[in-house]
Amino acid sequence: MADRIKKLIEETGAFDCVECGKCTSVCPSAAFNKEFAPRLIVVKALEGIENDPVTEKNMWSCLTCEICNGMCPYKVNYSGFIQGLRAQAYEQGKPPICSQGGLIHTMQRVMANSKLKQNRLGWLTEDLKVTKNKGDVLLFTGCAYQLGTVFADKVGYEKEVPRSAVKILNAAGVTPAVLEDEVCCGHDLLWIGDEDSFFKLMDRNIELLKASGAKKVVFTCPECYRTISKDYQDFGGDLPFEMQHISEFVAEAVKEGKLKFGRIEKKVTYHDSCRLGRHMKVYDAPREVLKAIDGIQLIEMERSKDKATCCGVNAWANCDEVGKKMQIDRLMEAKKTGAETLLTFCPKCEVHFNCATHNKVPVEKSLVDIPVEDFTNLIAKALKLG
Amino acid sequence: MNTEVKSEAVITESWEPNIIAFCCNWCSYAGADLAGVSRLQYPSNVKLIRVMCSGRIEPQFVLRALELGADGVLICGCHIGDCHYIAGNEQAEKRMKMIAELLDILGIGHDRMRLEWISASEGEKFATLMREFTEHIRKLGPNPLKQGGESDG
Repeated sequence: MADRIKKLIEETGAFDCVECGKCTSVCPSAAFNKEFAPRLIVVKALEGIENDPVTEKNMWSCLTCEICNGMCPYKVNYSGFIQGLRAQAYEQGKPPICSQGGLIHTMQRVMANSKLKQNRLGWLTEDLKVTKNKGDVLLFTGCAYQLGTVFADKVGYEKEVPRSAVKILNAAGVTPAVLEDEVCCGHDLLWIGDEDSFFKLMDRNIELLKASGAKKVVFTCPECYRTISKDYQDFGGDLPFEMQHISEFVAEAVKEGKLKFGRIEKKVTYHDSCRLGRHMKVYDAPREVLKAIDGIQLIEMERSKDKATCCGVNAWANCDEVGKKMQIDRLMEAKKTGAETLLTFCPKCEVHFNCATHNKVPVEKSLVDIPVEDFTNLIAKALKLG
Repeated sequence: MNTEVKSEAVITESWEPNIIAFCCNWCSYAGADLAGVSRLQYPSNVKLIRVMCSGRIEPQFVLRALELGADGVLICGCHIGDCHYIAGNEQAEKRMKMIAELLDILGIGHDRMRLEWISASEGEKFATLMREFTEHIRKLGPNPLKQGGESDG
């Protein structure tokens, strides 16, 4: 046990921590939770104060948003450290308390541990041009459709996202391939520490993606994008295709003159989700896309790009009052800009922001009532008008 | 679904369906009690779990039961309008629709789960339902999520 912690400390560079506390000063969770500090977790582990870091309940408060990683002058990989601790905690039978009673993780484990024939493409309608399982450009649809089912009556999350993505690709002259047997990318299981199931999902997806013969894989979900391009390649070796987020794809297509948009009169603000922004460093593409749509006015929030705060929940594991406070805080910031809509790519950010305003809010309702819209859906809408 | 292949293999090993029934404290559990005191026979494949209200049953309960190897899940509550907590069963009905959709998406199939209303005076209905649902699950075969097809019946 102690050896594994030692190894983890070495691997993530935690040993370099100089206890300056910059990580804690920028941590969006520490701002609302006095008990939590990224520095403290690392220091405790370094000095062996907590004999069993697995009992450290604060590690589940970490949002793994990586704002601390970017701030650390000695480049300590805090999120990697937390990930390692969580894997050990899970191995010892101490999983976190998950929101929805763990429903979403169970769905993912069901996919990992069985070979059931899923209805993965239930969203597909006849007007969409796709090929099945094989093609040069592949659209990895992710779990937007499933999440749309789970949260349909709660927060109005739309199932429209994969449809919009196909419409965009079609308009750019691409007929994407979609996988019938695609499984969840495993992001949530990885971040709650269930590595066994994650590897099962990873192996299945890698096999399918390689068999598809795709040269380029396009993602709508920032989490799938991160997991497949970072974690899959870290654990399973290099993948033989290019990976692109839909915003990058659209920005590129606009430059090449393949996509034309209509006019939408709207003031919007954009929330950089942690996976797309800090993890994958995609900051400019979404902004370029917004510039390309006539009539859209982007008003940046005070904290944007690499300073953007988090939606308050990570891997459906730590939904609590701290997360709620962060959501309200972020929504107030968005509302302050005077924008009509808050745009984001991440389905989780969308669910969480919607959830925050779904019930009673601790502040004046008019301070937070800004509708959250999916960026992919907005692009598809702009196409229709063009 | 690949249940057909499996069920053939397992039926020969004298497989018995394993069914979890969530019953609300005020109506369905009392209905089960009435079935008992009236000495009505129903199969022992059904394991009852008492909850205070059918509205207490989270989607996760159903999916987790199936993940852990239950072959079927029953949810029983008071008739609409009779809920002890006014509208708990209406919540349950809404949720079960969502779960049915999820089970279909995941490939487990919504027919492994059923929602029924049973009042405290419907002992006979309770026993009939248990018999009928057990036969229904027997026809569907073992839960495809169950590895190896083992069951304690």
